[in-house]
Amino acid sequence: MSEAMLTAFLLAMFASMIPLLLAALGESVGEQAGVLNVGLEGVLLVGGYAAFAATLASGSFWLGFLSGALAGAALQSVLMVLSVWANANQIVVGIGMTLAGAGASSMLYDWSFAGSRPRLGLPDTWVVFPLSEIPVIGPVLFARPGMFTLTFALAAATAVWLSRTAPGLRLRAAGQRPAALDAAGGNVIRIRSFAVLFGGAMAGLGGAYLALVSAGTFTPGMTHGLGFLAIVVAMLSRGRVWWTVGISLVYGLFIAAGTALQLTSVTVPNDVITMAPFVAVMIVLVSSRGGSALPPALATSYVRGAR
Amino acid sequence: MTGRGPSGTNPTHPGRRPAAVLPEGPTGAARSLERLADVLLRTVAPLLLALASGGLIVFALGADPFAFYSDVLRLGTSGSGSQQTLTAMAPLLLVALGLIVAFRAQLWNLGYGGSYLLSAAVVAGSAPDAFAVLPYPIALLALFVAAVAIGALLGLVPALLKAYKGTNEVITSLMMSFIAMGIANLLIRGVFKDPGVSVPQTRVLDLGLMLPYLPGTRVHIGVLLALGVMIVAHFVLTKSAFGLKIDVIGANPAAATHAGIDVKRMILVVFTLSSALIALAALVDMLGLWGYSRAEWNPGYGDKILPFVFLARLSPLGAIPLVGLYSVLATGGTIAAQRAGLSVDLLSVIVALVLFFMVAIEFLGTRVNLGRSYLGRGRFGRRARGGAE
Repeated sequence: MSEAMLTAFLLAMFASMIPLLLAALGESVGEQAGVLNVGLEGVLLVGGYAAFAATLASGSFWLGFLSGALAGAALQSVLMVLSVWANANQIVVGIGMTLAGAGASSMLYDWSFAGSRPRLGLPDTWVVFPLSEIPVIGPVLFARPGMFTLTFALAAATAVWLSRTAPGLRLRAAGQRPAALDAAGGNVIRIRSFAVLFGGAMAGLGGAYLALVSAGTFTPGMTHGLGFLAIVVAMLSRGRVWWTVGISLVYGLFIAAGTALQLTSVTVPNDVITMAPFVAVMIVLVSSRGGSALPPALATSYVRGAR
Repeated sequence: MTGRGPSGTNPTHPGRRPAAVLPEGPTGAARSLERLADVLLRTVAPLLLALASGGLIVFALGADPFAFYSDVLRLGTSGSGSQQTLTAMAPLLLVALGLIVAFRAQLWNLGYGGSYLLSAAVVAGSAPDAFAVLPYPIALLALFVAAVAIGALLGLVPALLKAYKGTNEVITSLMMSFIAMGIANLLIRGVFKDPGVSVPQTRVLDLGLMLPYLPGTRVHIGVLLALGVMIVAHFVLTKSAFGLKIDVIGANPAAATHAGIDVKRMILVVFTLSSALIALAALVDMLGLWGYSRAEWNPGYGDKILPFVFLARLSPLGAIPLVGLYSVLATGGTIAAQRAGLSVDLLSVIVALVLFFMVAIEFLGTRVNLGRSYLGRGRFGRRARGGAE
């Protein structure tokens, strides 16, 4: 494999990995707090659309990412109000969010860009000078858009937050035994609300990265099940952020390998590649022993005093 | 249609227990008035609010909401529109029933997309050969068996994992759905591909081989079949021991075990039945309406009918008019949206709004219940008793 090919391969790998990682991180935080968001697909799409529209209008990729995060949090606030505050079934609300997010983003795209189908330019890169000159690794890791570096910083911060700090402990308590947290003086509803909004912002960023960096444009339904995959990645990693990073990396590797194989004489149908992650998850679920070690209070609403 | 959720549990708010059963209450005319108010508040209000919000969206996007909705109504209910609406109802009713069966047992079968699409691919792909080789009724039976078997198998995997390993069925059924969709696409691009066209799709079934129309219409008999299945299912679910078992499992699996119900077996039965009904919807849709399936095609029936299933309080009879209503919206709305210069996805947004308003009103209703349960009277007090009526 030539140097240029290897670079392209690694770039493709990260292009698939980062949106999944961001969304899965957000979902992880929500799940650890006891809120299962099945509507992640919709949140990714809304984030992607908002980021695309904002970047196109303002010319600033950072404003685009900010809009993506805000739009994601805005859609997730529906889950916050209905499921965290009003105790509605999280799965039902999540399915509504998938419909609303996919529908709204596609409807707005049709309304505003269907005729022109614009594309974005390349985002500015953060070049870390001496390191960026290393062959292969340099352009792949040290001359990428700022959001690339920021994603790994966010992952590290989330890891420390969840496993090393008191707020992180309280957040996990909200997913493990909310009544105990309540008795200890924690505010379950406030913690869950924050987790849901944080998850929305992260998924919005994921959608934004997909549209702004990976694809360079927004197309309706461009996630193709990435949101559902992120839910599963979050479940498999059980709140351990480095697992989330690792699994996302493996996914990126899969997708990049599939693309690379198409250039060679080996023909693997595209459907097999898109199906592979879901098959892998099923194999893990079938072969893992016992329950899936999810937070016990996941997808249950907290009503003070209810048994 | 209302107040008949599984054993008084609240389908969208399972955490909420119904208020205590109270010894006295209004009777006769007062009661039926109450039920009317109940239907109006909990079923009609979310629909009206969603349609009104949808109108605001149409207005915000620069189209005339009144023209849009009158187009929807006219195109969805008059002449050929009404026949299209009825045709659209056939698969939707069966998908709705598949969801109802699973949700009554509080089993979250989210694999509806894959069950529908894989069954559709196999039925559409093998129908031309089946009809060429076998006599018509036997070919029909073979396709029926194939569809049901595919659905049952797809449902069996999450059911087994749920029953024997306690794995969350939300995730496993979703994964199975994506795998099934992948297989469907592979089949349509592979063995079932029509070599005559460049687009990956199955061969188009001869019009003469499709399900016959009802006399004097262009509505195929699948609609009657679906309606019949819904009515039978209603009585099975609400009047039979089997239906009661499903409701008990939905209300409290531990109590069901104590009552001598084989919960593991019931999970397997309910899940496979649910998926098989959805696969059957694909059979009816392929042989009645489409005649062929295409790769990457997904009508998304399950997601869109789901809010209406909850609006019907998981009652099959209650679901029939609501499915009809959605069919009018879908049939008329598709063309009406185009005329208004808007994307068809507007309909998804309206359906999502139905769901959100339903959940919100449900919450407010429960709040009212909780506030009044000590008094035991009041307009909404009886609602929470559910099955007690």
